[in-house]
Amino acid sequence: MAVNEMSLKGQQSLKKPVLNMEGIGKTFSSVTVLNNVRIELYPGEVHALMGENGAGKSTFMKILAGIHTPDDNGGKIYLKGQPILWKDPTDARNKGISVIHQELNLSPNLTISENILMGSTFPRNGLGMVKWDKVHERAQEVLDSMGSNLNPRQLVSTLSVAQQQMVEIARALSFNAEVLIMDEPTASLTDKEIKKLFEIIDDLKKQGVAIVYISHRMEEIFKISNRFTVLRDGEWIASGPIEETNPDHLVKLMVGRDLKDLFNRSKAFGTKNPKEVSPVLELKNVSDNTIVKNVSLKIYPGEIVGLAGLVGAGRTELVRAIFGLSELKSGEILVDGQSVRIKSSIDAIANRIAHVPESRKEQGLFLSMSVKENIIMAELKKHAKAGIVSWKQVNESANQYIEDLNIKIASPEQQVSNLSGGNQQKVVIARWLSIAPKVLLLDEPTRGVDIGAKTEIHKIVSKLADEGLAVLMISSELPEVLGVSDRILVMSEGRLTGELSKEEATQETIMRLATKGGREK
Amino acid sequence: MRGNTQTITHSQRLNIGNVLYSLWNRLGMIMILLLLCVVLSFTAPNFLDTANLLNVLKQVSIIAILAAGMTIVILTGGIDLSVGATVALSGVISVMVSSAGVNPIIAMLSGVLVGYAVGLINGFLTAKAKLPAFIVTLGSFTYVRGLAYVISGGYPIVLQNETFKFIGGGSIFGIPTPIYIMSLVYVVMFFVLKYTMFGRHIYAIGGNEEAARLTGIKVEKSLINVYSISGLLAGLGGVVLAGRLFSGQPTAGQMYELDAIAAVILGGTSLTGGKGKIIGTIIGVLIMGVISNGLTLMDVNYYWQLVVKGGVIVAAVLLDRLRGNSPA
Repeated sequence: MAVNEMSLKGQQSLKKPVLNMEGIGKTFSSVTVLNNVRIELYPGEVHALMGENGAGKSTFMKILAGIHTPDDNGGKIYLKGQPILWKDPTDARNKGISVIHQELNLSPNLTISENILMGSTFPRNGLGMVKWDKVHERAQEVLDSMGSNLNPRQLVSTLSVAQQQMVEIARALSFNAEVLIMDEPTASLTDKEIKKLFEIIDDLKKQGVAIVYISHRMEEIFKISNRFTVLRDGEWIASGPIEETNPDHLVKLMVGRDLKDLFNRSKAFGTKNPKEVSPVLELKNVSDNTIVKNVSLKIYPGEIVGLAGLVGAGRTELVRAIFGLSELKSGEILVDGQSVRIKSSIDAIANRIAHVPESRKEQGLFLSMSVKENIIMAELKKHAKAGIVSWKQVNESANQYIEDLNIKIASPEQQVSNLSGGNQQKVVIARWLSIAPKVLLLDEPTRGVDIGAKTEIHKIVSKLADEGLAVLMISSELPEVLGVSDRILVMSEGRLTGELSKEEATQETIMRLATKGGREK
Repeated sequence: MRGNTQTITHSQRLNIGNVLYSLWNRLGMIMILLLLCVVLSFTAPNFLDTANLLNVLKQVSIIAILAAGMTIVILTGGIDLSVGATVALSGVISVMVSSAGVNPIIAMLSGVLVGYAVGLINGFLTAKAKLPAFIVTLGSFTYVRGLAYVISGGYPIVLQNETFKFIGGGSIFGIPTPIYIMSLVYVVMFFVLKYTMFGRHIYAIGGNEEAARLTGIKVEKSLINVYSISGLLAGLGGVVLAGRLFSGQPTAGQMYELDAIAAVILGGTSLTGGKGKIIGTIIGVLIMGVISNGLTLMDVNYYWQLVVKGGVIVAAVLLDRLRGNSPA
């Protein structure tokens, strides 16, 4: 593994780090998520923490914030040179580590003051009753120190997202944070609000707060950070001053996973020249009510189209809109050249669109039911006369899929919750094949699946495409996108930011498009 | 996490005492029922007499009918608090219709239909308006009872028709009619849950509503049907009870919903839905019936019976949880 150690220079080397973490390792049920990761945080710096989806950034930060504890012998955390281990997040917070999570954690029906002081003891009088004037006063002080003009008595539910973010920051500061972790703080802010946030960050820097800044937006990183650390696959890759790098270099550090063990789909796919046939699925200027904006695409029978992008780019939302799970704000969906209105999953299935959702357990499986029932649940009708199910037919049909997809089970009666992730995913795929789909939407089809089953799933998908199915596959793993797709679309901030042919696509070209930012200036 | 519980259960089974454990593991509540019967056969005079056993079955029949409907509601992850009140309303209305000189079959059907209507409203509000089932049926628990009082003027209405009385108080080949009705309900429900699409969809919805929706199951329609059936069975229960009491009483069926829920939970159905069997429910019903009957035979007064019954419910579910079968 290429390790680039960059010199620490300038003012940083003169100061002592307020906090450093060394050799941090974390294992979740025998899967190593972090291995020998480190970071040093100096007072008054913004430290950009970079990495692809799944690189281990959030786990790393959760350890810093006391939400997870490192493995035994999984490294050490030093606060001002002293080794320390948090008991829990409150302990970490009391010692000056605060987190602003990506999703806001405010109580909407309480006032700004209460939210800011939440978790601390409110000022009380002799009878134990809260002195509200004092509470608001204290909150006002914190808000003033940030230069915010919010009224502490206002209810949080009446605030805009950006204002809520301000409250989150105020809360973090009210604990006299010395280390502040900001996880994608600008994701839901407008340009103007971002400017305001950066002013606050500048202020915090002057006060000597060390800020860990997680963002995928390159411009931001280079605008406000002093130093950076890159993680990849749970390992520390590089750290250094921001002046010594550039966006291309950072992307190179972030990607570069090993491709060799993965399935590689051969070029010979069902449709030799997709331009000669008509698309089976076409989107024209599709926008939804959340993030998806103006997406147009065509998918032809027999091809696998990879949909790449960072988490939160709107890929899942796009697929859900196609499947009728969220409303279209504008735009049109065509199946086989016919404009269709898909208002629910039932309509989508009627148009022979199948959807393997993102999270198997929450959205895909009936965990307490048997394998065979999970497989035939979408097409129970086919095996029933006048509503009465023929278990004989069900068994035959389920057995066929179990054999075709090589699902490894003790018996078709086995409860699906006892299967491995890979086999569970095959069960979900089998269910969708039972509707004889024309379009297969796959959302992270191999998440949490071991490498062997991963390859098998890739082979299955590839074979299905060869048989004429049109596949749209979301994946956050670039090697998977590169290995399986015939063509790759990249999304960023709700928009398609590019299309790459199999030949053009590399981890770098995809990452560049994914961090491009689809925001309208 | 799931894997962990699995291995713990497994290793426990490998330890000593595994014979008893695996027996308990397989039979669960049936063991408790049998144990209760054995104990009562020694302590309660005449417990094992055929007449007494038939009496137990007759006593539990109405709760059993309600519990069958409650089972499918709870299987979807819902709850139906309105069934006790529906028993009263159905009894009052069917007896009034009968008193008006209408054919007794039609009179009885009218009671069943009243229950169906209550269930339909419950289902509609739960599935379409997306109100929590607890709140919807807490509302109907109250207004349905209110309607029963309004319609009857607060007094029991005497039932004259002999055919109607037969449904609750008669017997065929020496076995009381309600036992036949209860048996029929359970046979049909067993068949519905195991062999119909509707039944399998109930499990799917209760197990994972989101997945069910994504799979193209008509979740709302199924839920409306589930509540309607629960209401319909409560209506049937009301008719049977009226036949047995020879009157339609606005105060009938009080607390029946709680007994029905207790029976379903004793039967091992998960309150979060998706897991449970109709056979478990009838066992739960019988456990409760056997306890009441045994204590009565032993001359324990009613107040103490309540204390014991409540304690047994909690203890039985606790035991079941130790079996790794978390009901809640």
